[in-house]
Amino acid sequence: MAENQFIVSSSPHLRSEVSTPVIMRDVIIALLPPSFAGIYLFGFRALAVMIVGTLAAVITEAVIERATHRPVTIGDYSAAVAGLLLALVLPPDIPLWIVAVGSIVAIGVGKQVFGGLGHNPFNPALIGRAVLLASWPVAMTTWRWPVASAPWMGKGFDILTSATPLAALKLSGIKTPYGPLFWGTVAGSIGETSAIAVLIGAAYLLIRGHITWRIPGYYILTVAVLSLLFGQDPVFHVLAGGLLFGAFFMATDYVSTPVTPKGQAIFGIGCGVLTVLIRLYGGYPEGVCYSILIMDATTALLDRFTRPRKLGEVRRSA
Amino acid sequence: MRFFSVLKNGITDENPTFRLLIGMCPVLATSLAVTNGIGMGIAATFVLVGSNVIVAALRSIIPSKIRIPCFIVVIASFVTVVDLVMAAFTPGLHEVLGIFIPLIVVNCIILARAEAFASKHSVIASLADGIGMGLGFTFALTLLSAIREAIGTGTILAAPDFGFSGIHLFSQSYSPVMMLLPPGAFITLGLLIGLINTITRKK
Repeated sequence: MAENQFIVSSSPHLRSEVSTPVIMRDVIIALLPPSFAGIYLFGFRALAVMIVGTLAAVITEAVIERATHRPVTIGDYSAAVAGLLLALVLPPDIPLWIVAVGSIVAIGVGKQVFGGLGHNPFNPALIGRAVLLASWPVAMTTWRWPVASAPWMGKGFDILTSATPLAALKLSGIKTPYGPLFWGTVAGSIGETSAIAVLIGAAYLLIRGHITWRIPGYYILTVAVLSLLFGQDPVFHVLAGGLLFGAFFMATDYVSTPVTPKGQAIFGIGCGVLTVLIRLYGGYPEGVCYSILIMDATTALLDRFTRPRKLGEVRRSA
Repeated sequence: MRFFSVLKNGITDENPTFRLLIGMCPVLATSLAVTNGIGMGIAATFVLVGSNVIVAALRSIIPSKIRIPCFIVVIASFVTVVDLVMAAFTPGLHEVLGIFIPLIVVNCIILARAEAFASKHSVIASLADGIGMGLGFTFALTLLSAIREAIGTGTILAAPDFGFSGIHLFSQSYSPVMMLLPPGAFITLGLLIGLINTITRKK
């Protein structure tokens, strides 16, 4: 039976062993350092936010997929990652029902209405955050000084509210020193304050080969160079706010960012330009969330215009 | 029975908001409260019925080369009537709807029905089309504004012009401000259209 010796199939013929659950599990592992830093800095309230955010995201995904008669894909951890990512970019004292609403919006409006994983044009976690910021602006901008950073407070205070470093710079001209920014002992979202924890998680993803340096590299470099050009302190602007967290964990989302090397470079530079412009001239102290969302909208175009030429392909004359 | 099939067409199969997606600007801008939605809907319906009937009656004497200016003159006359009546009897609502009342002149539903339907059909059919399209528009606007008002303010059917403070559903401190902003209108409209398409596809 000669014809049975040839297996005819369409490409791709070589398949990687790396599957969605493996990548997503690694992302969760990479998110552990910022998560633990958040719990250490902000106490168990931060853990509650993370649990509620993750659970609500997974339940929403299961319910919507069950209701629309599609296979339930909570086993690939992508919903859990979106929920955890959302929780890590929220203030630690945010009411838990708002966290749940954010996860429902992130999965429902940010992901499932477009057809689930792989079809969402925007990063679901950032959609959730943007909707929450527009819906409950007060709860979303009430920040607190980390517990661990103020042992001298003793038992006299339960809580010390404070502006984030970027807000302090924008509104009062106070510049936070590098040390607290690096270790994370400043007010801010649960997962974003500690630069060292974010970098450890990012290093894990880079070593495992799940993300490339391109988008985060161009993003951070652009912010540093531009803030220098505008007469600001580049180190402060790289360490402060959600830049490192956003660059490594949000701007590297497979679905909503370009796949071509040139497209990724443009994407990173665009995010950096927008972030600096929003930080210095916009109405908000921080612009990472909106920058990445705006650049997500350009992903399809970037991929189309930066498509690499196939071997032997001749450029079509205009 | 053709009268009713034309009328029904405007409410269901060719609903201007949910099916044709025309006249979006007032839909998104005035769907903050049910009162605003119904007020805008009735105003547009009145103009639509009036302009459809007059355009249909004059369709044989309007020269086709200058038909659009002629339609606009007819439409603008009815809009002026609505504008002045609302300013006199519902000043609060008139204030809230503001520029969107005069803007009915250039509302795409009204011009589109004059051009696509009334200038080619009899007065009776155009009357049915005007009522149907107007009701369809009012229905869509009411539905959208009911959802946005209920979620966005925690109260429904608030009508300050008629001295009614509305039915209280939940504390305003829980309500998302976004529902009253443009993104809330776009997201609600998108989800509604998706829902309607899903329901009608099964039939």
